[in-house]
Amino acid sequence: MSDYILRVENVKKSFGGVKALKGVNLEIKKGEIHCLAGENGCGKSTLIKVISGFYTADEGTIELNGKKYARITPAEAIRQGVQVIYQDFSIFPSLTVMENLALNMELMNKRKIVSYKRFRRIAEEAVSKIGFKVDLDELVENLTVADKQLIAICRALLSNAKLIIMDEPTTALTKKEVKALFSVIKGLQAQGIAILFVSHKLDEVFEISERFTILRNGENVATGNTGELDRAKFAFYMTGREFNEEPFEPKNIAGEPVLEVRSLSLKNGYRDVSFKLYRGEILGITGLLGSGRTELALSLFGIYPAESGEIRINGKPVRIKSVKDAMKNGIGYVPSDRLTEGLFLPQSISRNIVVSKLDRLSTKKMGFLKNKEIAAEVEKWIQDLSIATNDAARPVQTLSGGNQQKVVLSRWLATELSVLILNGPTVGVDIGSKYDIHAILRSLAAKGLAILIISDDLPEVLFNCNRVLIMRNGSIVNEINPRETTEKQLAEMATDVS
Amino acid sequence: MLKAKKLFKRTEFYILLTIIVLGILIQARSGQFFTGNNLVDLTRSMVVPAMFAIGAQMVIISGGIDVSFTAIASLAMYATTRILLDINYQGSVLLAYAMGAFFGLLMGVLNAILIARFKFPTLIVTLGTSSIFIGIMQGVLGAHELPIADPMTAYGKAKLFSAYNDQLKLSSDMPVTVLLLIALLIIAFFIMRYTMLGRGIYAVGGDEVSAQRAGFNVFAIHVFVYCFVGVVAGITGITRACMMLNCHPTNLIGMELTVIAAVVLGGTRVTGGSGTLTGAMLGVALMTVMSNSLILLGIPTYWQKVFTGAIILIGTGVSAYQVIRSKRRLVTTQKGA
Amino acid sequence: MTNLSRPTGGLNADARLGGIAARDKNLFRLIIMMVFVFVLASSLKPDIFLRGNNFISMAKQFPEYGIMAIGISLTMITGGIDLAVVGTANLTAIIAAKFLMATVPKGAPTGHTVAMIIAAVLIALATGIAAGSINGFFISKIGIPAILTTLGTQQLFTGIAIVLTEGKPLSRLPILYSKIGNKNLFGAIPVPLVIYILVAVTVGILLSKTRFGTQVYMLGTNENAARFSGLNNTWITIRTYAISGLLSAVAGLIMMARANSAKADYGAAYTLQCVLIAVLGGVNPNGGFGTVQGVTVAVLILQFLSSGLNMFENVSNFYRDLIWGGVLILVLIFNYAINKREENRLLKISIQDPKQ
Repeated sequence: MSDYILRVENVKKSFGGVKALKGVNLEIKKGEIHCLAGENGCGKSTLIKVISGFYTADEGTIELNGKKYARITPAEAIRQGVQVIYQDFSIFPSLTVMENLALNMELMNKRKIVSYKRFRRIAEEAVSKIGFKVDLDELVENLTVADKQLIAICRALLSNAKLIIMDEPTTALTKKEVKALFSVIKGLQAQGIAILFVSHKLDEVFEISERFTILRNGENVATGNTGELDRAKFAFYMTGREFNEEPFEPKNIAGEPVLEVRSLSLKNGYRDVSFKLYRGEILGITGLLGSGRTELALSLFGIYPAESGEIRINGKPVRIKSVKDAMKNGIGYVPSDRLTEGLFLPQSISRNIVVSKLDRLSTKKMGFLKNKEIAAEVEKWIQDLSIATNDAARPVQTLSGGNQQKVVLSRWLATELSVLILNGPTVGVDIGSKYDIHAILRSLAAKGLAILIISDDLPEVLFNCNRVLIMRNGSIVNEINPRETTEKQLAEMATDVS
Repeated sequence: MLKAKKLFKRTEFYILLTIIVLGILIQARSGQFFTGNNLVDLTRSMVVPAMFAIGAQMVIISGGIDVSFTAIASLAMYATTRILLDINYQGSVLLAYAMGAFFGLLMGVLNAILIARFKFPTLIVTLGTSSIFIGIMQGVLGAHELPIADPMTAYGKAKLFSAYNDQLKLSSDMPVTVLLLIALLIIAFFIMRYTMLGRGIYAVGGDEVSAQRAGFNVFAIHVFVYCFVGVVAGITGITRACMMLNCHPTNLIGMELTVIAAVVLGGTRVTGGSGTLTGAMLGVALMTVMSNSLILLGIPTYWQKVFTGAIILIGTGVSAYQVIRSKRRLVTTQKGA
Repeated sequence: MTNLSRPTGGLNADARLGGIAARDKNLFRLIIMMVFVFVLASSLKPDIFLRGNNFISMAKQFPEYGIMAIGISLTMITGGIDLAVVGTANLTAIIAAKFLMATVPKGAPTGHTVAMIIAAVLIALATGIAAGSINGFFISKIGIPAILTTLGTQQLFTGIAIVLTEGKPLSRLPILYSKIGNKNLFGAIPVPLVIYILVAVTVGILLSKTRFGTQVYMLGTNENAARFSGLNNTWITIRTYAISGLLSAVAGLIMMARANSAKADYGAAYTLQCVLIAVLGGVNPNGGFGTVQGVTVAVLILQFLSSGLNMFENVSNFYRDLIWGGVLILVLIFNYAINKREENRLLKISIQDPKQ
């Protein structure tokens, strides 16, 4: 009987001439928590799909429970105890919790006729595995993201899972929910289940995993015990580059605030929020999901206009009731979900960059596009932000995540911008581009832009802001100086622990 | 108590309410709504659209939209009628139904292949196949109005009971085909609610990728849905001919809009993944009441379309607007990321 | 502080806002198809097809549905669809007809008639814009999916048309109207053709050279991102459907001139035909892509096919439905195959693009 639940040996996979996996190895012991890390495009997703049987490897073997396979079907992988939880959880929003939990099991047992009694029994068994309290008859679409994830986990546990693969499970979770997830994972480990945890967040790798494997460009770069890893090594393995981390020092902070918020309130969002933002500084706002930070940002941008209170731009009170108002006042917003809220994937890079500036780049009366100016504008931003492409007419979906984020960023720069608000600017962005974006923001601040970063990535906030506001339950509860605050202190201030 | 509260949130409840209110209004105006003979007439008018709705709803729940079922019904009806007339058929009407179902199945298979295999947008595919079927019927077969074979006439005339109206000295017959409708309803209900296939249809309509990952055979589900619609459409076509006592090739064309509207009115979401047969039937009932009762209200029949259109807009508008308003207002910040 | 990603050598930011070259390839393919059909029809029946009056006759027919096809295409590019074009066309024509019948008695002087005709046209166009705006309103402000909204308004508008005419055609129109509408300028260019060209050029410029056009493409690609980019989705949607309504009205007026009457259900088959043309012409039913050039070539292909079919007497008109449906399906399959190839090409690019 092998010690290992999974052994992947020399797996190669190509798609029409593109080598996604060039001979990858992976070993996971039974009951081990193992982290698989790598930048976008390194081959993580492909590897998972090969392990779970959705793709067939061109070469190499997969050994599960001691059994060697050259090719494996999804059904066989499930039978060997492999369960994959994808980022979208693969749930059915319009069906009940009970059905979501029971359907997979029923399908596996090749059931044809439905018995709701049996569904309920299966569902109850599923939630008991991790003690998850939920209304079985509730429609899944009405649950929180964290609950949906727990449903996915419960469901995975039903089929005698021995290895659970979680693909970037913490992307949409708050710090508190991440903690809850981690304790669930530890509980699974206690039951002898191995977890393969795909992530690029170093803190998570440190906190939860025992061993790690890092891929780059379809090849193994490093494997080892997490205890031997540190920040610098991690970044180096992931990108092949070395990074120097210095905290942000603002160059020139203006005397008068460019944005001032007084007693702003929005029902079910936030209450009585006041703060000032100066040119040249990067202000961070952090807090759990539900603290009101996103709602505040969306109010400043005109999507959910505030109900009471005052907003002042350069000392003058303004009304922001729509996105147009916000833009007129020089406020730009880089949304948290790039793929659904930020990008027009099949459209060209050009169009994605200029879409918010069309008024300026076309004639006033008839709206005729000024093509030469558009070309110049696009070229400028590709240069300034080092967007890796040599043809701006290509669809933006051909760019990597980090470059895509730069495109969204460039969309706002050069509109007459006074304030740039970014919500989760480096979520789902590989480490290399993450540092690039931080560098860009710092240089923008140095040039006189006022930047507001909303993020729950505490290290990001601590290293890149000169001031941080903490929100909790809809109000600002504290303002700290990042030089004088540790991550731990910051986390405590953000949670409900008091 | 909680159950009652949930009841008030359901669209089906409001449709039922609307029907009752309308009924009361019409009764007040003409005194002829809640009479036995009128109710029988209404039921009789409902049979064909209700049968169509069973199939149409299944498609919409699976995430698609099918506008070809009236064309399928017409062609199946015409082909069957022609053949039976040519051979001077005198046997059981079951053969007519079997043939109708068979032809419907063939046409459904075409839709199934194009949609399940190639994953083309369902509206456009069914627009195309609808045209093909009509073209075959009118072009290749040179369809024109036909009488129907004797067994079909007999079946169409067969009645469960009669309702006699003293005032108007009219009598309405409850057709035997109502039983056929009920049978189809029971079958559809059983499939949708009590088989994995049915739950799979909901799953696929809700999130096709998740359904695939969960292990549902998405391809087979799509194939089933469109074949089922084809068969039901074929059966409906034969029923129509029997009840009308003749075969008019193009009379059914155009009904698909009202059927789809009725299904959506009854609470089935156009995006797929949810909807109940009860709601669909109530939707059909409402549309039928509206069109049949215009006369009772003294409104000339050519106002029909105006009302149909207005109802579609108002009915779908109300539920759509509620969705928009809830999105605009921040309900709870905990929900979603 | 950090290493910024190095740009790849030789930046050549292509300023064409159009997008990938595949779209030009699509147009090229369509033109080949059109030439093929033309040659086929010409070689099979040269004595009928290659005649002056045939060309003039074709040039008179296609503008009717061609203009509606452009309208439908525009709405499809925003990710919706306008299934009410025929109802709008008929309703606006009927309103114009009623106006004319009321204000132009038999034997009225030409000057007065012309003035009334102009007024009637303006009224029809305004009604078209209003009708389209109603669609746009329901879709963007109330949130009813475009399919359902326009199915509903199609019924509603047709219904109102039936009520206004009591189901009968209105045919006591001043002769002058049809005379103008059916005239052949310089003896060879039918007025409808001129109108089509005007419409096509205007909408084409609108789509490709104005900011409104870009906004339409972006909205159709991703509604959410459009909102976050500062686009006024409501306004863009209403404008789009208003234009479609306007175009439907134009088509309705042309139909009225040809038939010298207005009826509530003219052109019932046109809806499918126009969707077919849009899809054939490269409009993506999910939104975000499509050009007037593509649609125009598709219109011509259909017209050649249609006229070609007409030349064979033993092929009844009913076969047309069959053929249109079949062509639509074939086009879908064809586009599918092409797109798959394009996707694979893009996949290669994105994986090979050097990243830091």
